[in-house]
Amino acid sequence: MIRLEKVYKTWDVPVLQGVDLHLEEGVIWGLIGPAASGKSVLLKTVCGLEKPSRGRVVVDGSDITHFGESEMMSTRRKFGMLFQNNALFDFMTVGENVAFPLLRAGGIDEAEIEERVASRLKAVGLAGSENKMANELSGGMRKRVGIARATIATPPIVVYDEPTAGLDPVTTSKIYDLLRGIQDESHATVMAVSSDIVALRPFVERIAMIYKGRLIYEGAESDLDDCEDPVVYQFIRGELEGPL
Amino acid sequence: MARYLRAVSNPIAAVGESVIEMATHLGAVVTLLARVIRSLFPPRFDIPEFWRNLYKMGNQSVPIVMLTAFFVGGIMVVQSAVFVKRFQATSLLGWGAGYSVLREVGPILIGLMFSGRVGSNNAAELGTMVVTEQIDGLRALSIDPMRYLIVPRVLAMVIMLFLLTILGDLVALGGAMLFGRLIIGIEFGVFYAGLVNSIGVHDLVHGLIKSLVFGLIIAITSCHFGLNTKGGAVGVGRAVNAAVVGAALGIVMSDYFLTYLLT
Repeated sequence: MIRLEKVYKTWDVPVLQGVDLHLEEGVIWGLIGPAASGKSVLLKTVCGLEKPSRGRVVVDGSDITHFGESEMMSTRRKFGMLFQNNALFDFMTVGENVAFPLLRAGGIDEAEIEERVASRLKAVGLAGSENKMANELSGGMRKRVGIARATIATPPIVVYDEPTAGLDPVTTSKIYDLLRGIQDESHATVMAVSSDIVALRPFVERIAMIYKGRLIYEGAESDLDDCEDPVVYQFIRGELEGPL
Repeated sequence: MARYLRAVSNPIAAVGESVIEMATHLGAVVTLLARVIRSLFPPRFDIPEFWRNLYKMGNQSVPIVMLTAFFVGGIMVVQSAVFVKRFQATSLLGWGAGYSVLREVGPILIGLMFSGRVGSNNAAELGTMVVTEQIDGLRALSIDPMRYLIVPRVLAMVIMLFLLTILGDLVALGGAMLFGRLIIGIEFGVFYAGLVNSIGVHDLVHGLIKSLVFGLIIAITSCHFGLNTKGGAVGVGRAVNAAVVGAALGIVMSDYFLTYLLT
């Protein structure tokens, strides 16, 4: 479904260095790695929000690497994205934020949009919050609204950038529970980035680890513990001694 | 800190660096302007967002513009009162106030006020949207930020500064007329006659052309610096500062050239 071939991204310093990755349809991927290792940039490259400096990004058979902004628009409709900072539009209410992807898609009448927004907000535990302003919400609530917005149009590919960053353990469990519920309905291809690997691992089927812009592990989640790479070994166990 | 130390140790390199930085911004501003113009043919932009910005940038600026303009009219009178009294040139007060307000002081002061209120707010809003990934959020939802955010804001700022300048000119002249009566006892009729007998439509048009250019400068610089914000809250502050300074510089420089060309 999504293929990255020798993807490089460089600004002042190299951020991605020859990343090869193949995301199969319907599979839940986890992407882990230390801070500033290139996780978010990789995610944005997958969605076409960042252009690679070199290499190819192929989505559903189309090479999107050199797509212009207008060609990119139709490709991005295949994606739902939860941003690290949620990226809720502050000037809109919760209801307007969640309804936004449906409104922009067009062809759906107002009553149906209202119904779908109410149902999605209920699913994320925010029933009746339509008229609150996005900037009045707590961190956990904003995250839930972000998830509702990313998934309301049931896109075939969903990417979650740090879905539980800054949340307490209970809220983290609730969020993953919610993501699992949404996934059971949609069967989308998912890529979730998180530094909280303990919470992430039960949610994903396959996992990749990025370090200094390079993929140093890629495989089944269940095989991660057997990986002998010293960086992976130290990172997943949170040990102080090691190359990190 | 390193930048200041470098400026002291190697001033030529520091000057060169500043020139390159300024040229880079100028190039980016021109590119942004070209993209805005391209988006207008055919006109494809978000109409509700355009109306929202007209209201926010225009209607809500009316009180501050009126207050500024009223006292600008007063300042014209206070400055000229001594000479008007000394030479008994009462009939010249209307001409003096009208000429300076319509052609120069009105557009430039209202432009600077508009830049301080609307331009800075625009840069802060766009900058915050950049650092909180809201711009990427729009792109991820297949929405072109240029058509959804930038074009409506640029159009709203240009139109509203134009209309606010007309309103400001009227209020400033009203203020001058009132202060003329209160301070040096010039009858309203004398002021009015001095104004209409020596000031023509071309004087008003002269100022309004300037207001259109100033509106475009404020809009493009504030959008440019807002969209290029880097580095969180500190970056937003820097963007606002750069937007206001850039717009003020642009207003004063373009005013010189426009005055030269239109006179």
